[in-house]
Amino acid sequence: MNLVIPLQAVAEAGVHRVGGKAFSLGILASRGIRVPRTLCVTTEAYDLYARSTGLLERISLELNRKDFSDMRWEELWDASLRIRSMFLNTAMPSTLVKKLMQPIEEFFGDARVAVRSSAPGEDSSEASFAGLHESYLNVAGIYPILDHIRLVWASLWSDAALLYRRELGLDVHHSSMAVTLQELVDSERSGVFFGRNPADPSQAVIEAVYGLNQGLVDGAVEPDRWIIHRSDGSIISHDAAVREGRMVPGPAGVVRAPLPPDLISVPPLDEGEVRRIVEMGMRVEGLFGAPQDMEWTMSGPDLYVLQARPVTAGGSGQADDRAWYRSLSRSYDNLTRLWARIEDELVPEMVSVAKRLDDHGLRDLDDGALAREIESRVELCALWERTYREHFIPFAQGMRLFGRFYNDTVRPQDPYEFMDLLRSDDLISIRRNRGIEDLAAVVRKDPSLAGALARGDLSRHPGFQQRVRSFLDEFGDLPCSTPGCAREGRVLYDVVLRHASRHDAGSQQSGRTTEYLEEYYLLFFPDEQQPFARELLRLARASYRLRDDDNIYLDRIKVHLKAALDEARKRLGPRADRVGDDDIPRALRDPSIISPVQPEAECVHAQAGFAVRMRQLVGQPAGSGIATGTARVVSSRQELSAFSPGEVMVCDAIDPTMTFMVPLAAAIVERRGGMLIHGAIIAREYGIPCVTGVPHAVELIRTGDVLTVDGYLGIVTIGEGTLQEATAGAQGHGGGCLGGTEAL
Amino acid sequence: MDFEAREVKVVDHQQLTLQLKALFASQGLAVLSTSEHGQPYCNLVAFSSSDDLKNLVFATTRATRKFSNIGSEPRVSMLVDNRSNKVSDFHEAMAVTATGNASEVMGPARDALLKVYLAKHPHLEDFVMSPTCALMRVEVDRYYVVSRFQHVMVLKLKE
Repeated sequence: MNLVIPLQAVAEAGVHRVGGKAFSLGILASRGIRVPRTLCVTTEAYDLYARSTGLLERISLELNRKDFSDMRWEELWDASLRIRSMFLNTAMPSTLVKKLMQPIEEFFGDARVAVRSSAPGEDSSEASFAGLHESYLNVAGIYPILDHIRLVWASLWSDAALLYRRELGLDVHHSSMAVTLQELVDSERSGVFFGRNPADPSQAVIEAVYGLNQGLVDGAVEPDRWIIHRSDGSIISHDAAVREGRMVPGPAGVVRAPLPPDLISVPPLDEGEVRRIVEMGMRVEGLFGAPQDMEWTMSGPDLYVLQARPVTAGGSGQADDRAWYRSLSRSYDNLTRLWARIEDELVPEMVSVAKRLDDHGLRDLDDGALAREIESRVELCALWERTYREHFIPFAQGMRLFGRFYNDTVRPQDPYEFMDLLRSDDLISIRRNRGIEDLAAVVRKDPSLAGALARGDLSRHPGFQQRVRSFLDEFGDLPCSTPGCAREGRVLYDVVLRHASRHDAGSQQSGRTTEYLEEYYLLFFPDEQQPFARELLRLARASYRLRDDDNIYLDRIKVHLKAALDEARKRLGPRADRVGDDDIPRALRDPSIISPVQPEAECVHAQAGFAVRMRQLVGQPAGSGIATGTARVVSSRQELSAFSPGEVMVCDAIDPTMTFMVPLAAAIVERRGGMLIHGAIIAREYGIPCVTGVPHAVELIRTGDVLTVDGYLGIVTIGEGTLQEATAGAQGHGGGCLGGTEAL
Repeated sequence: MDFEAREVKVVDHQQLTLQLKALFASQGLAVLSTSEHGQPYCNLVAFSSSDDLKNLVFATTRATRKFSNIGSEPRVSMLVDNRSNKVSDFHEAMAVTATGNASEVMGPARDALLKVYLAKHPHLEDFVMSPTCALMRVEVDRYYVVSRFQHVMVLKLKE
């Protein structure tokens, strides 16, 4: 069977073998519409590759580690990155290379090509989700082409595709991907024709940019826009863009270049050309019988159609939260602007807002004024949480953008190697921990200090007191672990004592240094690409640092809300236990609203008392290493204060208010999933084994359980070695999972 | 290699070897039985066999019960079969029970057995390469080969 077929043969081959994109290009070409010279690599090539290399089963293993419904979006991204890494590290079998090489080389020679996805079903009108899969422009030479075919195959499992897996019917054993190879057109102007305006079905829309289409598709270049009457093709309006750049072919791939000054004031299309594109769009619509979303490009006088697919009924606006997730995917330019905004405006503002809030005056407020103060702080927190969601979370994409870039270029075995390049001693939480450790080191040498700290009286140790003050000046007190702890420094005293009680200290920087890794990374780029490689690294480091620091800045505001709530609870006395935080201001104004009955305590450990227990839980390996220790389930700040050195911290999600206990932990188990989340970052910094994304971790594990945390494989084993257990009178084995799942 | 043939007098040595190899190649999973103070304990494991049939190889992390069991009692048994959960299994299926000593493979032998193992289970590479994962081998003493319901042969590899 031919794995590579020309455009003339795609109709006969069928859409299931060539994918929607190639299939419609075949129809266009057969009707005399100009399309680029195109070859199609059929789905059988993907199938052969994925089956013969064992990749299919590896993808299945990856996607079946846990139930999809238990997976957060971040985890989808992680899964997608790992799958991509499998493709990057799995060579094509030589038989396949032989079959692809000859026809592709013969057809394209040295020509530059675009390697594009063409998934069966991807472009059908039922499931048109543009941009789920990937395309690579300006690839030349047979080996680079083969390499990029693998990247396009990998994009069958992109995070966006995983997000829409149900709609796409994505399935490891039945889904496949065809690839179109198109000779790169020397594009002067490019754009899209949208046959039906989602805002008004009687209109069509044209968008156009200078240079390649890539800039328009990924949002890097702002387009000029024309609104057209569908009935007669007349122009209703023209929105001119601020024309600054265009995408052009670089040495390999595409680069954004400034627009030559003489083009800045000239729209990419004149009226005659707009009409010509409308005519083409309508002609294509006539061929397929429905309005089309058509990509086009112009080279000299020639108009090419690059692809066409039906406009979906609902337009592109998906109403669910997944659209928000997809909007997180940002271009480098966009992230650079976001970075400036965060560092120059938002962070300083957060710091000054937190500083302005005064907790000392709370005691002097009457109940009504305290209620008002709480309400205003609630509003303030909500405002900053929104800012966090709108700006800080998207900025975390900087790490992801770099991660993909790094993996595509360096192709490491470990898809998270790039994280080692981003590590920083400059994170606030790390600097704060170092400060604690320094204080602890002093206490270790002088036992009388321990007693003074325990009593909370440092008056006889002025030197140490001074050091504590400078710590508090720089970092503030550690967040309260018990309500009503108003005395400054008390939480810090307690934590310092705990740190002092263990011997070894400090983060265990492992293996290769960041400098070495940076040099190694830069080796992969020719001189002209070094500036970009460095800039992207700088952006990613800022993203890594801010992703962590922003939590602390946000918490510095939230801590004031908590202080006000604590003051209110103190005033309300024991009754306050029957009031949720939301109702505190109301209760302050009118304590009679407080229900006289104690609400029934929620049963957290629903599993307790059952004979079934879990023996082994699976999550994601987020910090390498292995450790055994006693579990401490931390579901509240009170429980955090009971945490002892050498225990395994089990929690829903580590937030920065808990970070100062992390260096004391033997290992970390977290319900929230993701490799780039706070807990994972901190665990990596300290070289502590960490497993994240363990569904129901805090319910299934109980304080006191002996845990073995395998941070290489993401496995948490509950229970001691079986010998001890046998003597203690063993109970049910292997809670529900095949005892040997780990070997399956 | 030596045979104890029961029920049949003449056994084609070469043919039996080929049959075992074919069975082992056709099956991804085997049942491994370890024991803990006399209490047998079975698991499914992804296995492969060395070309000379002297070793059966599987992988496990060191935090598992089976690993711990083997540490205190290395004598184990493994079962490989090709049943298909149909009545015809009674005359068609073949089952091979191996007995022998299990241990973690270290040193130069590891590379060769690892290669054999990953050739059969390429998707387990990440798992096997983890520092927490042990590559195990059962040095087989005997194979008990059961076919056609009651047809049993014992293939002795060691005294």
